[in-house]
Amino acid sequence: MRGLIALIRRDLALALRQGGDAAIAVLFFVLAAMLFAFGIGPEPGELSRVASGIIWVTALLAALLGLDRLFQADWEDGTLDILALSPIPLEMVVLAKAAAHWLLAGLPLLLATPLVGLLLHLDTASLPALIAAMALGTPSLSLIGTVGAALTLGARRGGVLVSLLVLPLEIPVLIFGTAAVSAILSDRAAATPFLLLGAILAGALALGPWAAAAALRQALE
Amino acid sequence: MDRAPGLRAEGLGLRRGGRRLFSGLGFEAGPGAALILSGPNGSGKSSLLRLLAGLARPEAGNLSWQGRPVVDDLDAYQASLHLVGHQDGLRPILTVAETLRFWIEVAGEAPADGETGTAALAALGLEALGRTPCRLLSSGQRRRLALARLLTAPRPLWLLDEPAVGLDQAALGLLAGVLARHRAGGGTIILSTHQPLDLPDAITLDLADFRPALSPAATADLVWDGI
Repeated sequence: MRGLIALIRRDLALALRQGGDAAIAVLFFVLAAMLFAFGIGPEPGELSRVASGIIWVTALLAALLGLDRLFQADWEDGTLDILALSPIPLEMVVLAKAAAHWLLAGLPLLLATPLVGLLLHLDTASLPALIAAMALGTPSLSLIGTVGAALTLGARRGGVLVSLLVLPLEIPVLIFGTAAVSAILSDRAAATPFLLLGAILAGALALGPWAAAAALRQALE
Repeated sequence: MDRAPGLRAEGLGLRRGGRRLFSGLGFEAGPGAALILSGPNGSGKSSLLRLLAGLARPEAGNLSWQGRPVVDDLDAYQASLHLVGHQDGLRPILTVAETLRFWIEVAGEAPADGETGTAALAALGLEALGRTPCRLLSSGQRRRLALARLLTAPRPLWLLDEPAVGLDQAALGLLAGVLARHRAGGGTIILSTHQPLDLPDAITLDLADFRPALSPAATADLVWDGI
């Protein structure tokens, strides 16, 4: 357990000391949402109708940034060898990496969502539902991302490859994430999409670290 | 089955990228033994060390530790070894002390107090550099810090890939002392080196002896390539 905390703390320290690394995802999120605001035009009705979908899509893309570096640096400098030989199971190493990625990319997105919602004229009534859905959905994005990052380890142009691998797998999160918001707005049974988001998270929690660890073992050989 | 202590390899063969590096390789290294892997560049010393660490699978042969096949309980085996490879595992923006503390916590055996770290740094003459970021270290100092990891957790088997590269005379002396103490405590060391290292009674294993003869087909390939 202490090893896991040490891993997360190291990732956070590395990202925060390199300043830019930690801010990139959230800056991208805000900027991309702003582009939509300019692109669609200032008509409040039009923007607010698509706001939650835009927020989800841009969050999905923002969470992809930095994924290709998730294991790459540790693999290049030999730290991954040390971790693979340590008493910490590789699956737990992956879990720690996913947790650090969520803290650095997912959590700031959640915190920036009210601001982005304002930019896009998001219906304030749906903001709590959107944030709740994102709180449930973004950890799944981090976990699915670790699998892509581990699979593309050592590949040139890994960043593009990760996106192509990971985005299709993240579509269910997008579908149920936006469904959760629209269900709240239209007073339909809102529990179902939230339950499904939870189910995706449970599945990603169980399968993601296992799959990513298998890919890492392959890369280390 | 005999419970021979230490590491025992029989008939090991390894193939990398379609090329067979060695085959029929065997040795025995008990407590206190030092085994030096020699051989020209590209003869598979680093690959053999990774294989001995359980990171790669052999194409053929058996590896047993304390009389039990390594594959039976890979985790327990890997928990009893240190591998210090070519890459030193240092991040430019972390300080020496932070790097060492991370290794201690990940190894999970020694308490993460300053003591283990300080002792490890002192053993390799780095005690004055605790607050220095790794990017400011010279290559010899980086090497010494990587070697300090050996002392962050007690492990009986040490696998070292070119531990002496870049070390000055004083550091070579410190390294020899660390290695001697490990052997005196019943530890086993397997290392590759091109520098002469002070290792009394070390056994040398020349990988060139286990290099498979070129098959006629492979020779034809070489001729075809104009060699």
